[in-house]
Amino acid sequence: MEPIIQAFGMVFEPYVLGVILASALFGLFVGAVPGLTATMATALLVPITFFMPAVPAIAAIVTATAMAIFSGDIPGCLMRIPGTPASAAYTDEAYAMTKKGQAELALGAGLVFSVIGGIFGTIVLVLGAPWLADFAIRFSSFEYFWLVLLGLTCAVFITQGNGLKGVVTLLLGLLIASIGLDNPAGFPRFTFGSVELLGSVGMIPMMIGMFAVSELIRWAVDESPQAQMQVKQLGNVFRGMGGLIKQYPLQTLRGSVVGTAIGALPGAGADIAAWISYALSKKFSKTPEKFGTGHIEGIVESGAANNSALAGAWIPALVFGIPGDSITAIVIGVLYIKGLQPGPMIFVNSTSTVYAIFIVFILANLLMLPLGMLCIKASKRILSVPRNILMPIILLFCVVGAYAINNTVFGVAIILIFGIAGYIMEENGFPVAPTILGVILGTMLEENFISSMIKADGRWLGFFERPIAGVLGGATLLVWGWMMWQSLRKKPVAAR
Amino acid sequence: MKLQDSVWGLLCILLGATVLIYVQSFPAMPGQRYGPAVFPGLIAAGFVVCGLILVVRGLKTGEPLFTRESWTRSGAMITRLLAVCAAILFYLYASEPLGFLITSFLLLFALFWIFGVPLKRGAIIAIVTTFAIHLLFYKVMRVPLPWGILTGMAW
Repeated sequence: MEPIIQAFGMVFEPYVLGVILASALFGLFVGAVPGLTATMATALLVPITFFMPAVPAIAAIVTATAMAIFSGDIPGCLMRIPGTPASAAYTDEAYAMTKKGQAELALGAGLVFSVIGGIFGTIVLVLGAPWLADFAIRFSSFEYFWLVLLGLTCAVFITQGNGLKGVVTLLLGLLIASIGLDNPAGFPRFTFGSVELLGSVGMIPMMIGMFAVSELIRWAVDESPQAQMQVKQLGNVFRGMGGLIKQYPLQTLRGSVVGTAIGALPGAGADIAAWISYALSKKFSKTPEKFGTGHIEGIVESGAANNSALAGAWIPALVFGIPGDSITAIVIGVLYIKGLQPGPMIFVNSTSTVYAIFIVFILANLLMLPLGMLCIKASKRILSVPRNILMPIILLFCVVGAYAINNTVFGVAIILIFGIAGYIMEENGFPVAPTILGVILGTMLEENFISSMIKADGRWLGFFERPIAGVLGGATLLVWGWMMWQSLRKKPVAAR
Repeated sequence: MKLQDSVWGLLCILLGATVLIYVQSFPAMPGQRYGPAVFPGLIAAGFVVCGLILVVRGLKTGEPLFTRESWTRSGAMITRLLAVCAAILFYLYASEPLGFLITSFLLLFALFWIFGVPLKRGAIIAIVTTFAIHLLFYKVMRVPLPWGILTGMAW
């Protein structure tokens, strides 16, 4: 009980609450502006959270991302451009509702079911993570080796259609992770005499490059003009919400469960959760023919899914140090910086901090109701912010943020290189998320691989001899086999 | 710029082969069978295998080796792309000698101008933003942003 009281004390102090409020507004804005994503919001926040204690730093990220995933619905509904990829699944549906004069209903559903999904995901996180940690505390290097490998495999598996390209970008991430001194032998690899590369590439500048600078480049070469909003005045968005909750309880639950589960899978986040939930909703609907014509059912289900995915992604991140999506990939970096090493022991060593994170999750989701409503009211102003003023300011922010991490311009060079790389990769159908996962997990994979090899004396069978390791190993090989069979059976997929 | 899969495959093979050759120079750890070369070596081998599959698959599609997107034919778009990259390079090289305030103002002002913001408006926003970011990072977060030629008047 005492850690919980402590945790409340950590969250409910003016400084932390102020940070939560400010990052909520920041997240709502970033999510609502097309071309700025929730991951980008996180990457931009990190340099600032760098200078905060652990709880406000993490609170800022949790709040901003939850808000951004909701507010991404707004431009999707009003302009047919998703504000973040997580809203893309039901953008057409929401826009069709706007054209029928039901913009308030679509936005209200996006808001209310985001909150419900977010709270559901948080409850699973609160109950599930400590339980999983109890179980994980007995894991040895064999289990961790398979767990990391299974996580990386899932990340590739989920990038459907282009599994092979996912493997390539994953390998790239692992190769980047092996730069520097941080390996079991302590030998400087691939540093080419550079002192700065001894500490590897630097996670945070790399993230800023891949998730923010690459978006700036995409904007710079985008020829389509800034879209205009279709609606003059928006009414009460909460009208009719009670009825929707009564009408679609099963859909809400299914969206929340699927969202949390997909979020917890490494490499798949809110966007994939929304796509899958929308598809499921249509499949199990009594009126599938209404989907696509401005029907609220799919928005209810996938709106709940994308916000519950956010919390779900924290489960493997906290318990194993394996990120569930690209946002928690950044979060893991922040946790290390703050001296909170993710892993089962975090629930023992930093109990009250973990509880504080849980409280922030609930608080952020509740705060979403009033702030989200205000954001919808202000959407006309937000959506008309001229992009040609906003983007240069974000660029400067990226540059200064990258500089601030180590106070050297080395980080600035990194954001340029990875910004260009990220843009080219996406243009050529190479998914970026596996690279990030590879970089985060590369060191962990190598350490557990090498120590397992030493323990097993080079025998591969040794990797399967402990029961849990055997199950995890078998599962990994099964997914590999499935992927290979699928790619052989299918005709090659043409590049996008 | 889009490259066909077989070109990417070739690049993967080249990268994998280079790494494979390079890791041979890593020393063996005395008394340890698995030295620093093992893990990168496995990754490199993975690159070669994936590269080979990509080459085969790419050739089967029969698509052109290079595809140019429509924006690459527009001078204005290329200018915008170069401006984003040049702005970062400019900060990289100019921030230490010129100092943050001047670098940041010039960077923003130039980008605003290239992206079509009216000059006077661009200048005002560039000044306000520069001071706001300076306040946030230098004063609040205590990041030692360089003063450069303005060192004498640092506050």
